[in-house]
Amino acid sequence: MPTPSFDAIIIGGGVNGLACAGRLAQAGQKVLVLDAADTPGGGALTGEFAPGYRVDGLAHLVTHLDTRMLAALKPERHGLDWAVDAMATTALSSDGGHLTLNGAYGEAVQGLEEAEAQRWTALRGRLLRHTEILRPLREITPPLPGKGGGKGNLLALGRAGLNLRRLGREEMQEFLRMILINVHDVVQEDLTDDRLRGLIAFDATLGAFLGPRSPNSLFLLWHRLSGDAGRIRWPRGGMGALATALAEAVRATGAELRCAARVDRVLSDGDRATGVRLESGEEIAARCVISTANPRTTFMDLLGARQIETGLVRRLTNIRMRGTAAKLHLALKGAPDFRGADLRHRLVIAPSSDAVENAFNHVKYGEFSPAPVMEITCPTAHDPGFAPDGHHVLSIVAQYAPYSPRGGWEAGRDALQAAILKQLEAHAPGIGELITAVELLTPADIAARHGLVGGSWHQGDLAVEQMLFMRPAVGIARYATPVPGLWLAGAGSHPGGGISGTAGWNAANEILGAA
Amino acid sequence: MKDTVAPSTPRASNRIWDAIVVGAGHNGLVTASYLARSGLDVLVVEKNDWIGGAAVSRELYPGITYSNCSYVCSLFRPEIMRDLDLPAHGLQVLPYEGGAVFQRDGGYLATYRDHEANRREIARHSPRDAENYDRYARDLMRHCRFIRPLLMRTPPDPASFKPRDLSEMAYLARQFLALGADDAADMVRFWTMSISDYLDEYFENDTLKAYMTVAAITGTALGPMSPGTAYVLLHHYMGDVDGNIGAWGYARGGMGAVSQALAASFRAAGGTLRENAPVARILVRSGRTEGVVLDDGEEIRARRVISNMDVKRTFLTCMDPSDLPEDFLGRVRSFKSRGSSGKLNIALDGAPEFPALPDGSPCLRGDLHFTDSIERAERAYDDWKAGRWSADPFQDTMIPSMIDPTMAPPGKHFMSCFVQYCPPKLRNGSDGERDWTDNDRDAFGKAVIDQIEDHAPGFKQRILHVEVRTPRELEAEVGLTDGNIFQGELTFDQLLFNRPVPGYAQYRGPVPDLWMCGSSTHPGGGVMGAPGRNAAAEILRSVRGGVGNRTEMRDAYPVL
Amino acid sequence: MNDLRHHFRTPLMRSPFHPRVAAANVLNAWAPWAGVTTALNFGDVAMEHSAIRNSASLYDISPMIKYAIEGPEAAAYLDRLTLRRASGLPVGAVQYTAWCNDAGHVLDDGTLFRLGEDRFRLCCQERHLPWLQDSAIGFDLSIRDETEAIAGLSLQGPTSFAVLSAAGGADLAGLKPFRLAEVHLGPAGPVMVSRTGFTGDLGYEIWTTPDRALDLWDHLMAEGAPHRLRPVGTEALNIARIEAGFIIANMDFVCAEQVLRPDRARQPDEIGLGWMVDLDKGRFNGRNAIRAARAGDTLRWALVGLDIDGNVPAEGAELYLDGKKAVGQVTAAAWSPTTKRNLALAQIRRPWHRDAGDRLRAEIYALRELQYHKLMLPARIVDRPFSSPKRRRATPPGMF
Repeated sequence: MPTPSFDAIIIGGGVNGLACAGRLAQAGQKVLVLDAADTPGGGALTGEFAPGYRVDGLAHLVTHLDTRMLAALKPERHGLDWAVDAMATTALSSDGGHLTLNGAYGEAVQGLEEAEAQRWTALRGRLLRHTEILRPLREITPPLPGKGGGKGNLLALGRAGLNLRRLGREEMQEFLRMILINVHDVVQEDLTDDRLRGLIAFDATLGAFLGPRSPNSLFLLWHRLSGDAGRIRWPRGGMGALATALAEAVRATGAELRCAARVDRVLSDGDRATGVRLESGEEIAARCVISTANPRTTFMDLLGARQIETGLVRRLTNIRMRGTAAKLHLALKGAPDFRGADLRHRLVIAPSSDAVENAFNHVKYGEFSPAPVMEITCPTAHDPGFAPDGHHVLSIVAQYAPYSPRGGWEAGRDALQAAILKQLEAHAPGIGELITAVELLTPADIAARHGLVGGSWHQGDLAVEQMLFMRPAVGIARYATPVPGLWLAGAGSHPGGGISGTAGWNAANEILGAA
Repeated sequence: MKDTVAPSTPRASNRIWDAIVVGAGHNGLVTASYLARSGLDVLVVEKNDWIGGAAVSRELYPGITYSNCSYVCSLFRPEIMRDLDLPAHGLQVLPYEGGAVFQRDGGYLATYRDHEANRREIARHSPRDAENYDRYARDLMRHCRFIRPLLMRTPPDPASFKPRDLSEMAYLARQFLALGADDAADMVRFWTMSISDYLDEYFENDTLKAYMTVAAITGTALGPMSPGTAYVLLHHYMGDVDGNIGAWGYARGGMGAVSQALAASFRAAGGTLRENAPVARILVRSGRTEGVVLDDGEEIRARRVISNMDVKRTFLTCMDPSDLPEDFLGRVRSFKSRGSSGKLNIALDGAPEFPALPDGSPCLRGDLHFTDSIERAERAYDDWKAGRWSADPFQDTMIPSMIDPTMAPPGKHFMSCFVQYCPPKLRNGSDGERDWTDNDRDAFGKAVIDQIEDHAPGFKQRILHVEVRTPRELEAEVGLTDGNIFQGELTFDQLLFNRPVPGYAQYRGPVPDLWMCGSSTHPGGGVMGAPGRNAAAEILRSVRGGVGNRTEMRDAYPVL
Repeated sequence: MNDLRHHFRTPLMRSPFHPRVAAANVLNAWAPWAGVTTALNFGDVAMEHSAIRNSASLYDISPMIKYAIEGPEAAAYLDRLTLRRASGLPVGAVQYTAWCNDAGHVLDDGTLFRLGEDRFRLCCQERHLPWLQDSAIGFDLSIRDETEAIAGLSLQGPTSFAVLSAAGGADLAGLKPFRLAEVHLGPAGPVMVSRTGFTGDLGYEIWTTPDRALDLWDHLMAEGAPHRLRPVGTEALNIARIEAGFIIANMDFVCAEQVLRPDRARQPDEIGLGWMVDLDKGRFNGRNAIRAARAGDTLRWALVGLDIDGNVPAEGAELYLDGKKAVGQVTAAAWSPTTKRNLALAQIRRPWHRDAGDRLRAEIYALRELQYHKLMLPARIVDRPFSSPKRRRATPPGMF
């Protein structure tokens, strides 16, 4: 092995990899980012799915982008521009009586009765106050309970405890009551409008292997809101443009980016990680290797199970990665009409909390939902360049669909596509006539394309028992690993994925602190 | 029972009791006994003409004793049995033997009390699981050891600055932080995971996992794939029979023997018990609780009133809302107590025969199940969510008369079929909810009996009598709101300092001199007695000037 | 061995030698070992122990848990799994070894037989299939529990080679300790013989298949009679193993996967197995934790041999420093007829394994006619083994 020419090699040029690279390079480290794809960005990508029609290939909205990263890397200087800075959400009703939430997670609402609007304001306020308790934890290395937490550990926990106290007696009690509650009970108790209940239930369980009636599901809504307090943004040019701007910003820090460079091995001298080997056979040495790939993939495949110990193998095996979301891309020869809904909004089909729960029932048994719930965006409503003149594209995240259905996807994909289209047709009559091209990505397709094991967008289910010091597993939750020189910095680590860069940034801080 | 009715009391006697306990369930009797033994003048009023609430023995077919509500005894704290001298008053707990799950393909998986027989039985289905079972049992025992001391402690109020709450919070924090990161992670994961996910970390065999699931969903409006069910498992696992943690047993003479022993102990301590005395209202005057008014208008006064009823019944049915704080009422209204269980009580002319079992198998002396995969149990839960009973019900069935000779004459048997799931109200698709009818109830019963018949041909011919109970019957007879057997669901938002509602987890009601002692309070349901015991401790602490001769109240036996 | 559906009738399995053992077990002194019915004694523990040290003894070791580990990467796997270098073990050799979890806590100890370049057999006290399988991810090999497929007898004592020779194994004169060989023993057919044992004396372990087990027993007993061979039970063996200073899982330490109270787990250094730890062979399970504990001086316990005054066995005794401070406990103890000493194995808190000098006392409660005599007997830490006769290693071995 030659003398390391890099301080750090980062596996994966997704947002976390870029964030980590930028932070390290700004601190003076010599950094190489390696990405298997032809362009950096990972789950933030935009491309053509049918001649003349473009769409965000995976993630299609921004809700979590790390503010520290934005401030330090200034991607807006490299072309980042927000086409929508606060996207409204419309909960679609099949009778055209839509409900619209404006501003950051429904600061203002349209389509609700006055009394219900007041109830919503109260619930929203409570959710955001509770979220504030968790927010500071996002941006630090997860504290360990008990011994071994290191510096700042008690301080961070103490601060969270103090913030909790500051909420006042009643609000603190509510926080502790609601922390592991299910979202269904909350919306049933506090709200009466099924559209609103369905929307909240949908948002809480989006991307999770949980239904609204599953305990712990409200926590996921807190987690979602703890990013940007519910603000939804979309970059001009799509998610791919965000990735490009970030990549440019990172290059400007001095970090080196290589695409089409798939890492197939993390090299080790038996003791510590020493570099990587590419698929091409090329070996590159570095003082440390930082993986933003799936944690299980990182250890079991890239490093090799033989290089770690059995207890860790067991913990890695036990990480649950059960993607439940499919992606559907539609090319349309005209504008769809969701009974008058504004196409610039995020459109959600989740008629009630029970509808979300019923959709979830099937995935437990390896079936997909005959009546899926979904989130729809229409990029062409913001940026006509995504389709030929007068044409439109829709980007749809639909759930629930299992990673490996009974009977296989070969047999199931047409049926899933038909089920999603049937839901769409019910909400946008005539949409079927407009379709000129369709692309369906099942969780299995998403896994194959992006290396997301089990089709899990977050590289590990978002679930309470897989958060904080348990993410991705105890012992490897603080970005460092038992293998000296090998670090984790991906969505599988705290605080999870969702186009944020926070895990990458936190990891870089930890690496710099250890150096 | 007739001789136990107290002498008739004038309609508005001047007598002021030290305490009135509303409801002669096991927790009410535990509280009442501790108070009476400490010298208080205690009256227990019970709406039914029998006592015991859900811990009863009844002769519904000549010669055969039914434990027609609760049916096993393990959670009942031995410290309480000893404090209240229950064995001397007739309580005898009998261990029972193993059990079996019958598989759809005609096979079975048994459990045996003997470790080696059990290991080899599991190995018959999966050699790997047979070995992992020991590690699983060890890990469960670790969680048990952590939680058990908390059962007999009043939960602290985390939002309070009182020294007692602060020091109790500090105690809890110390317990947790002493674990170290790995064990703490195991603990948090266990508390928050679904039993299905948890079992997947140890086992590969579906039937074994289905068996291990039983205790995690019993009495709970959750499916095995719902997070939080691993904790419910622990709730059922932390009991013991004579120090044998996790073991289960029967009360000799049926579960009513627990209530009868408690009542006898209570009376021996000078307490007074009135059956047929339904409380219409708990009386609040000038800002404090002053007594109760019975259905017939009789007013009974007391220095304090202790409700053994569930919180919904206590505060929403038996009190004037204007006497209660609005936010408290709101929380009580949203307290979850959805019934999820039904029960068949069957008198048999002979033991059922299960061709799957080898001759002489001891499994009939244990618990029997007919659900051989977690998926089938989860689908039964989906049925519950949809407001219907399941055509493929999940059963916890046992035949106590196999062990207890007092329950049925030789050759005859009493069989108890506890059924998960059974909804409190029925629904047809998107139609609204409706109440159970007798026809519904009988159809539900048929589904359960058919399932047994499938595995034990000829079973139906041996049936002498069946009592079918849905949440409707449970609510009507026992008074459990929505038929929830735990007086409130066991999810974290209703456990510890959240039980029954935040800020009121220390057995004190929102009005001075009003207390709660039922399973709606920490640590929850099962015939455990801990809520009643903890409530008594708080009440005795609160008596101004102390009580004359406070009775012995043992702390939880130390976990060595 | 047994009908699977009817194990509730015979919770304990029966060894392939059971018919012969049962016939000789005149007092019906039985005890379970790994789920198998085994003899505690055959009527006279003192005579049985004497046979181990004076002539020859036969002990049924069939219940020992046995795993076949086979495949091209079996050696590499065992290097990763165990504390010692398994790949350095020659074919036909046996190694006493142990293995640990990630925290460096001992899961079990056992003997590893290298039967071929790619074939190993691991014998141990407890079951470990899930751990062995989970550790094997990424290795090309297979693991099979062969406990019930192999029957074993331990032939130990000064005349054990004489017995073996008479039975047809004279060719094994050159077999050194910790080596194994195949041999044909007359009517007992082909067997595998290893020069191993648990007595610290001259001895062999003889391995066959269950269907030939009774032939082996009968043949050895017949040929061994002139050499004073007799069957022995666990009680006599226990005295012998204490004299030899050997430890037993779940008696002298608790297997890490069975530990309920987390502080009861032990690292190799804490149970006298530190000598096995090969830090130069590359990565193995527990290495980092063991290294960290050594470097950070966080080891808390040690396992020592004790020579205790008097002749009252110290089973279960607590150890006190200066008679006041509790510093450890005896895990096994016996009056040793061979050394005429009162011996014990004990777990003791560091640094007293080194620094106790003559300050240790063993607190013994001796029950005599319904009353306890409480004794505080001086105990000295001494080297193990307590007894190691020269014949143990002599090759070729003597005839008595």
